[in-house]
Amino acid sequence: MQFDQILQYSLSGLSTGAIYALIGIGFSIIYNATGIINFAQGEFVMLGGLVTLSCLELLQLPLWAAIPCAVAVCTVIGVLFERLAIRPLRQPTPINLVIITIGGSILIRGLAMLVWGKDTHAIPPFSGDTPIAIGGATILPQHLWILAITLIIIIFNKLYFYHTISGKAMRACSYNRRAAGLVGIDVRRMVLFSFIISSAMGAVAGIIVAPLTMTAYDVGVMLGLKGFCAAIIGGMSSGISTVIGGLLLGILESLGAGLISSGYKDAIAFIILLLILFLRPQGLFGKADSERV
Amino acid sequence: MKRDLLLFIAFALLIMVAPHFFHGGYLMNVLVFVGINTMLAIALNLLLGYAGQISLGHAGFFGLGAYISGVLTTTYALNPWSAMPLAALVVGCLAYLIGFPILKLKGHYLAMATLGLGIIIYIVFNETVDLTGGPSGLSGIPNLEVAGVVFDSDVKNYYLIWGVTLAVMLFSLNLANSRIGRALRAVHDSEVAAQVLGVNSRVLKVQIFALSAVISSLAGSLYAHTMTFVSPASFGFNFSIEVLTMVVIGGLGSIYGSFLGAALLTLLPEFLRGANDYDIIIYGALLMIMVMFMPGGLVRGIPALYRKIFKQKGEGDNA
Repeated sequence: MQFDQILQYSLSGLSTGAIYALIGIGFSIIYNATGIINFAQGEFVMLGGLVTLSCLELLQLPLWAAIPCAVAVCTVIGVLFERLAIRPLRQPTPINLVIITIGGSILIRGLAMLVWGKDTHAIPPFSGDTPIAIGGATILPQHLWILAITLIIIIFNKLYFYHTISGKAMRACSYNRRAAGLVGIDVRRMVLFSFIISSAMGAVAGIIVAPLTMTAYDVGVMLGLKGFCAAIIGGMSSGISTVIGGLLLGILESLGAGLISSGYKDAIAFIILLLILFLRPQGLFGKADSERV
Repeated sequence: MKRDLLLFIAFALLIMVAPHFFHGGYLMNVLVFVGINTMLAIALNLLLGYAGQISLGHAGFFGLGAYISGVLTTTYALNPWSAMPLAALVVGCLAYLIGFPILKLKGHYLAMATLGLGIIIYIVFNETVDLTGGPSGLSGIPNLEVAGVVFDSDVKNYYLIWGVTLAVMLFSLNLANSRIGRALRAVHDSEVAAQVLGVNSRVLKVQIFALSAVISSLAGSLYAHTMTFVSPASFGFNFSIEVLTMVVIGGLGSIYGSFLGAALLTLLPEFLRGANDYDIIIYGALLMIMVMFMPGGLVRGIPALYRKIFKQKGEGDNA
């Protein structure tokens, strides 16, 4: 009985964890290319779900067409955000960047409230909602969709970063922007690329999670923060350690909510965040880095 | 120095005579909030504007002050005058202890950590229902009382709140112009350089963080005793952002700027009555516009703008 429960919580934690991982990778990609923590990252997750909803209901598109459409819209918004808010900044100090991305996130959230109202919206699951039994636990088909899509994105991500010229150029930027510029890499273009990739990934995360948890104009805050938490556990890497960070967070949160108290579910993520930042700011798996002055 | 003192006295006099020009009770109530928000903005400004350390969790300290005062005076029937310093002491100690690990972090990481701290505090307010009343709030908090005079009307509260706010302002102005203020600015510009010059930046940052939390807690206690009701909704993440917006709009590192930002952002929603929930959009836009076009805030931006226009006009006349 107890074991079944733990299995159930772990399984459902795994799929929310996959979502956190996707969002966390989005944070890491922008951070590595630019040194910016994009506080607006969560808003793209929210936009993904809500734009899909509009594509389905207003434009009457089928789901397979609505999803790429929504991802495209969110990516365009991501590009606009980079062009209009990040690039024109005259004094890009960390505090100014924090404030401007917070301003941007509030603005996007407020506009979403104008467009979609304050209600919670549901998106139909991708392939029905007949539960599937695994051991003593059950999962929904949507859980499988989440895990599969996350896996595919992570594989594509890996291929892009290690086997294409622009992916390698982005990695070069993350090691040393000035050196990357010296060998002829257009750093500003890479910054734009990083915003494109992470807003698209955020949107996908928002779309695949929406059938499970519903969506509203304000879901981006919590999802974004937890994605950040995943990235911190993974040491701001855009690879496997952030994925593990996300899954770990998802499972711990789900177990904590189920076995301890559901009211403190959100607090668990932030306590983990603080502990990691205090004790191992380089991430669970990273080596300590000496600070450059 | 003398000019600064004169400026402060003029400002204080203006604040003290202001109620005579407003006869409407409602506006007095809003002005009480301007006072509370000014205290909060100054608290954050000492940390962000002077020491250069961001905090996105100040609503948490504000809430702790309000709740500790509220719980002590209702459930434990303590006198408000003893509850307030007790709350400030507890919050100060808490901030001091958590300050050491949290202020080791820099920039974005510090922002995220303080944000997380603020949200944890907010969740605790909501979940400890037995103690705080949970989401439905805590009511029946007593008003403050001095020698038989109960501070229960807007006009009385105005003088109470602004009396404390002016004291906080004077203290902060003095602090900013003192050796500590200069050390803080040195830490802001370059922590390493400050350390080389003998500033113990680690301890100094924690001290200013704790001071900032104590002022926020004081503002929270005063809020609880003037409103007589508190609920978690007033102390969420959005409020931390609102205080941040006040500081940025007014001007980082300017005490009068904090007053300006607090006044503007507290009065703004009153003029945007029709737009009730949409004021958050305006905060977002304001934050972005200020950082992009007026990074020094209104206190520096307006004179610069004035000079620019004036100078251009002068040049035009010559030509």
